Amino acid sequence: MKISLQINEGPYQHQASDSAIQFTKAALAKGHEIFRVFFYHDGVNNATRLAIPPQDDRNITEQWVALQKEHNLDLVVCIAAAQRRGMIDEDEMKRQGKDANNISEGFRISGLGQLIEAGIEADRLVVFGA
Amino acid sequence: MSLLHTVNKSPFESNTFDACLGLAKSGSTILLIEDGVYAATTGNSVADKIKNTTGINFCVLGPDAQARGIQGKLAEGIKVVDYEGFVDLVAEHDAVQAWL
Repeated sequence: MKISLQINEGPYQHQASDSAIQFTKAALAKGHEIFRVFFYHDGVNNATRLAIPPQDDRNITEQWVALQKEHNLDLVVCIAAAQRRGMIDEDEMKRQGKDANNISEGFRISGLGQLIEAGIEADRLVVFGA
Repeated sequence: MSLLHTVNKSPFESNTFDACLGLAKSGSTILLIEDGVYAATTGNSVADKIKNTTGINFCVLGPDAQARGIQGKLAEGIKVVDYEGFVDLVAEHDAVQAWL
């Protein structure tokens, strides 16, 4: 079965990112396909490559990237939500004339149409949120 | 059409559990995750609501209950599932509604 996920909450805020990662692992282990993970609202903060959590804590972004590499996941960050929060990739950095970018490898920035498509193309859309 | 409802907040913090319970139809399932697992405990005002509801399946995410040390205080009739059980519930129902 094709499953899409929507993440509305930032990492370390409460538990949504952790729940979503555990759910993704279980779904893949059971042979389901993760069609897309869409990061919306504060969820876009999952995509920063500059976070440095304490060494004895989990690194949520690295967990997403590891899953992405292993299963070729489509991790999409909402562009409007990202720009509001200072989350930009290299292309946006150049386009907006900024001096830095912070989107991790494994994530891509795109629009809300990708969420709509994820809802249409997948059999289920599961939302993890604030 | 059967729905899987997920509730992720404590019923003592938010009214999403009550809202969900009021609108969930017979044959649907309510899965309690994250702080929502507190709704599955006995000895409080929420326990009677679950007891007096018929036609709805109640499940609780075991790892989240364990993380909060309430696995020994869960009310009867509430099924404990792990993440694989969560995935199965998603697959078994026609759609998922998250009460955030």
